[in-house]
Amino acid sequence: MEAFLHQIFSGLANGCIYGSVALALVMIYQATHHINFAQGEMATFSTFIGWALIQAGWSYWAAFFTTVAVSFVLGLLIQRVVLRPVEKAPVLTNVIVFIGLLLIVNALSGWIFDHTLKSFPSPFPKGSWMGTKYFTAHDVGSAAVLLCVLFSLYAFFRFTPIGLAMRAAAQNPDSARLVGIRVSWMLGLGWGLAAAIGAVAGMMVAPVVFLDPNMMAGILLYGFAAALLGGIDNPWGAVIGGFVVGVLENLLGAYVIGTELKLSVALVLIVGTLTLRPDGLFGKKVVVRV
Amino acid sequence: MNKPLQKWHWVALAALAIGLVILPFLFKNYRVFQFNLVLVYAVAILGLNILTGFNGQISLGHGAFYAFGAYTAAIMMDKVGAPYWSTLPVAAVVCFTFGFLVGFPALRLAGHYLALATFALALAVPQLLKYKKIEGMTGGVQGLVLSKPEPPFSFSLFGQPLSPDRWLYFFTLAVTVIMFVLAWNLLRGRVGRALIAVRDHPIAATAMGINLPLFKSLTFGVSSAFTGVAGALGAIVVAFVSPDSFTVQLSIFLLVGVVVGGLASIPGAIFGAIFIQFVPNIADEISKSAPAAIYGVLLIGLMYLMPTGVMGMVQKVWARLVKPTKGISGQP
Repeated sequence: MEAFLHQIFSGLANGCIYGSVALALVMIYQATHHINFAQGEMATFSTFIGWALIQAGWSYWAAFFTTVAVSFVLGLLIQRVVLRPVEKAPVLTNVIVFIGLLLIVNALSGWIFDHTLKSFPSPFPKGSWMGTKYFTAHDVGSAAVLLCVLFSLYAFFRFTPIGLAMRAAAQNPDSARLVGIRVSWMLGLGWGLAAAIGAVAGMMVAPVVFLDPNMMAGILLYGFAAALLGGIDNPWGAVIGGFVVGVLENLLGAYVIGTELKLSVALVLIVGTLTLRPDGLFGKKVVVRV
Repeated sequence: MNKPLQKWHWVALAALAIGLVILPFLFKNYRVFQFNLVLVYAVAILGLNILTGFNGQISLGHGAFYAFGAYTAAIMMDKVGAPYWSTLPVAAVVCFTFGFLVGFPALRLAGHYLALATFALALAVPQLLKYKKIEGMTGGVQGLVLSKPEPPFSFSLFGQPLSPDRWLYFFTLAVTVIMFVLAWNLLRGRVGRALIAVRDHPIAATAMGINLPLFKSLTFGVSSAFTGVAGALGAIVVAFVSPDSFTVQLSIFLLVGVVVGGLASIPGAIFGAIFIQFVPNIADEISKSAPAAIYGVLLIGLMYLMPTGVMGMVQKVWARLVKPTKGISGQP
């Protein structure tokens, strides 16, 4: 029982991380209706920036917020420079450009920051949280950060004019343009936001798994699975999906299939969700007009 | 496209054939080995192109089918002792079945989602191959080491003997030619038009009487059969398989090959294969991280500048050079 509970709680902790990656994916999906394959690589790159800043002697939180801001600008720039020319191109073109981005960003991380494993500091105190043996302080801290991000995102989309404009631009670009919304810039903003969330996720993951250019490869897959499970257009669903995937992965890994096949859990989840319930648990049904 | 072959076509073909036969005797063994890999990749890229270029289904997981083909061949040769040439049809059948089964759930997925699901497949395959319970078959992390087939007869040309690599060159070349002729015959007629119709307008295609689910799954099957044969050939040529030779990078590089060669172009596969075989070697000399970065930049650059790939460019230049006599020849 003890071990079982332990598995569940450490699954929840992982789920937090998957949830934040899923959240970033959902953000881009909401803003652009594309799935960004380079999301994980971009998050890793942001984390490297944070690492470099901390190495340069900055305090953790100064580095944290600077990294988030820099990532926002980088995400915006990527959309403006690389993706704008193919905004209206077919899906295949977009997927290939994303793959290109993935290769470039991954190679850049390796090139600039080297392939060696690096440890990344956690802003939260070491050891367990408030004397319970199931959570470390880092788990609780990163969950709190994730929830903060989620609430501020919700508030941003629900209560600010820009958030409203972004939703409009994603849902109906033509009408949005007619009422004076600069649709293309809204897409750019979406990319910036997603890159910033990715940076947060990366900096929360890095203390747990160590930092190297391929840090996010597996996590990205779980993030995808979480986003799909929760419904690709629903931020709350993404977070809940993240927790479900985290717990499932841990329990199956510990009791059923062993740790070597963990990635296959994500594969089965992705294919299963897409086949049985393509809109996810909390997603909206999408009807396309011919 | 479907014009009858003229006299100079035959002359060019004959020259090409003679060139291809002499080629391996002009280079060292290692170069010949690289040529073999080019041919192998060409078949794999052709398979992916049937799916992505002609049918519009994006797969980021064809490395998985390549891996299954390779492992089918390796297990047959290593555990059963089957002759190397007999593994190819088996790999084709295994991968066709597997691809058909993957293609079936893929029916419900389009565009990004399919890319995503196949991406997951590509990521999971190395783990599956390392799985402890099947280690007896697959050799686990170490993989399987095979021996290169000896040439059945010996002779030498230009003072170079017919080494195992050179013999494999001819074997691979023959298989490649067969696969390309098969693909060409499949795609130039009704089936090819149906695939393109499904890609360009699924609803219209259904209205024209094309059985959409069947066609899409079958295309998936055929495509993975091609890639599986390439995988089996690859295992024979390299004489080694291990889980880590079939990472997600392989799948991505195959897609790079398709895009570089030209989507929906059969001869383009050869250019794509030459690209993914030789460009990393050149890029490697610049930096350890450079090959992937150069791939990435080229991919995005190609999407902007030459969305039709090398073959599209060749056709454009050709059309400029040769003045159209009877109107513009019908190119897709």
